[in-house]
Amino acid sequence: MNAKETKLRYLVNFIAVAALFAAAVALGLTGGDTMKLRITPSIWQCGYLIVMAASLNLVLGFLGQLSLGHCGFMAVGAYAAALISLAFQRAGVYDQKSGPAFILVLLVSFLAAGVLAAVLGLLVGIPALRLKGDYLAIITLGFGMIIVNIINNLPFCGQQGLGQGSASSALYATGLGFSNDEKMRYLWLVALVVILCVAAMFLFVRSKYGRAIRAIRDNEIAASASGINVNYYKVLTFTISAFFAGITGALYACCNGALTTTSFAFTNGSILNSVFIVVMVVVGGMGSLTGSVIAAVVMFLLNYTIKNGAWVAALPVIVQNVFAYPMLVYSIALIIVILFRPKGIMGSREFALCDIPRWPARIRAHFAGAGAARAAKKEVSYHG
Amino acid sequence: MITFIQFLITGLRLGSVYALIALGYTMVYGIIKLINFAHGDFIMVGGYTLFFTIPLLMGMGLPGWLAVIPAIVICACVGVLVELLAYRPVRRTGNSLTCLITAIAMSFVLENLAQAIPAIGPDPRVPYTLFADTISVGGVSISHATIITIAVSAVIMVALYLFTQKARIGCAMRCVSEDKSASTLMGINVNHTILITFAIGAGLAAVAALMYVSQYPRVYTTMGATLGIYAFVAAVLGGIGSLPGAMLGGLLIGIVQSGANTYISSSMSDTFVYLILIVVLMLRPAGILGKNVGEKV
Repeated sequence: MNAKETKLRYLVNFIAVAALFAAAVALGLTGGDTMKLRITPSIWQCGYLIVMAASLNLVLGFLGQLSLGHCGFMAVGAYAAALISLAFQRAGVYDQKSGPAFILVLLVSFLAAGVLAAVLGLLVGIPALRLKGDYLAIITLGFGMIIVNIINNLPFCGQQGLGQGSASSALYATGLGFSNDEKMRYLWLVALVVILCVAAMFLFVRSKYGRAIRAIRDNEIAASASGINVNYYKVLTFTISAFFAGITGALYACCNGALTTTSFAFTNGSILNSVFIVVMVVVGGMGSLTGSVIAAVVMFLLNYTIKNGAWVAALPVIVQNVFAYPMLVYSIALIIVILFRPKGIMGSREFALCDIPRWPARIRAHFAGAGAARAAKKEVSYHG
Repeated sequence: MITFIQFLITGLRLGSVYALIALGYTMVYGIIKLINFAHGDFIMVGGYTLFFTIPLLMGMGLPGWLAVIPAIVICACVGVLVELLAYRPVRRTGNSLTCLITAIAMSFVLENLAQAIPAIGPDPRVPYTLFADTISVGGVSISHATIITIAVSAVIMVALYLFTQKARIGCAMRCVSEDKSASTLMGINVNHTILITFAIGAGLAAVAALMYVSQYPRVYTTMGATLGIYAFVAAVLGGIGSLPGAMLGGLLIGIVQSGANTYISSSMSDTFVYLILIVVLMLRPAGILGKNVGEKV
């Protein structure tokens, strides 16, 4: 690929992203009940799921280390952002959720959420990343649980947390939590945050740091023999991933009227938990940021349509009964995906607009390759 | 002093249940290097089997605890089915991470399938309480359930240890966990051995379900999730893949949890459990009794 083509690809992608952002801004200015009650909240939810999945992909897909406590960092970010915005509100910096003062508060609370989560990521990462594989998985699970448990026991967060109905909720209602109207008004915010975060992560994995961490994933011993400081890069990636998880937490805090720690648990009935984020990354493709974006959107839509879609009512009663338990559907879908396409939707490829003209050739090559692989397998089974 | 003994006994009892579950985790992990997240849900399967069979057996005039036999059979069948339908095909095509994801998915499948069955439903059920009598020793009251739990777990652990050390199948298990291809060459049927491991592990989960249910008489579809995590932590703590390690880890977790409940705060007990795990893994990355295997280049 020559330099000119690379420039063209960047230009095309930049224009596409700018168009997306403009579309989000334009959508935010339109009216209508469907828009306000359904589409906008969905875009917000998709937004935080996308950043969350992409940030975990840094650790899981590019660094090749399984972390099962990623939602812990998100919880830290969410509570930090909510509490900071509350503090500003109480100090009288703003009282309406508009105007330059509020934008500044938003900026501060988003950054603070990210930085706090990153500091915690650093503190967790330094000891935890000495371990590998399943041990790392279980120790990150432990850290995630501890974070959530401590937040539960902090007097100013509490088990009910910044929930609706408690004294602190009245305060929270005037903090970051957006109503549907405000979600419409600040639709540009979620678009901007998602685009900035994903772009930053993309630049990170394309940089020399990204090459180093992919080398570690592929062969840790070889990487360290080539002069890569394995521990440094591991902790760095973990910290950056935690930073973005913190930002996601701030988005989540904006999106929800109440915060409780069950949303950040290891497993729960909903789509947001540490396990499900792992699932999104695997379904999207480990090592593909665009894959994570696609998987987050697909999972969200699956979740949303199963719960709210009109087409569910048209199905036979037996299927409807199964669909009353969405988790059952996801998990069976997940097993099927894993059985038939273990590397996920995108594998380790990135989606690029400029590649679309090449797709037909690629699909042909894929089927030809699959045929050859089948033949080879048959050959092996004769001998094995 | 009485509080102390009471806490110790509660801890031992809780720990014995954890140890029984942890044995299942550690055996499966030892043999296929997979965290079987669905293992916790085998307890749930066992719990519901007990819920349905105890009244049946009592109606026939038999003692209620005999219900553990159908529970073991059904759990073992579920364990074997999970291995045959999900894990084995994925192991053939995927890597360790896809296996792990399949295990997580299987756990969700079992939990939600149970909810979707009309006879079970999402609401908690209260099974018949077994071994409810208590005896009092020097001011400390101990329920029969406690004594039976600790005794039965101890017997099972010793029996299992002897089984893996002496019996032919037990030896085969150890061989497969050491080196799959070499054991194939020695004439061991690897797939059968893995199936037997799953069956034994799931059967132990059924026994654990009986012990747990006689302690906390409530069965619900997600009961296995948290129990499973504690037991898994116990298995890692003791050194995963090692049977004595699982017992030690289980007892330790039980005692820490009961100690935190008694002396500090019940809402903080999770934190202490995980703190112990983190400290042990920092000091001994392979667990208390685990062997630290160097990496081959």
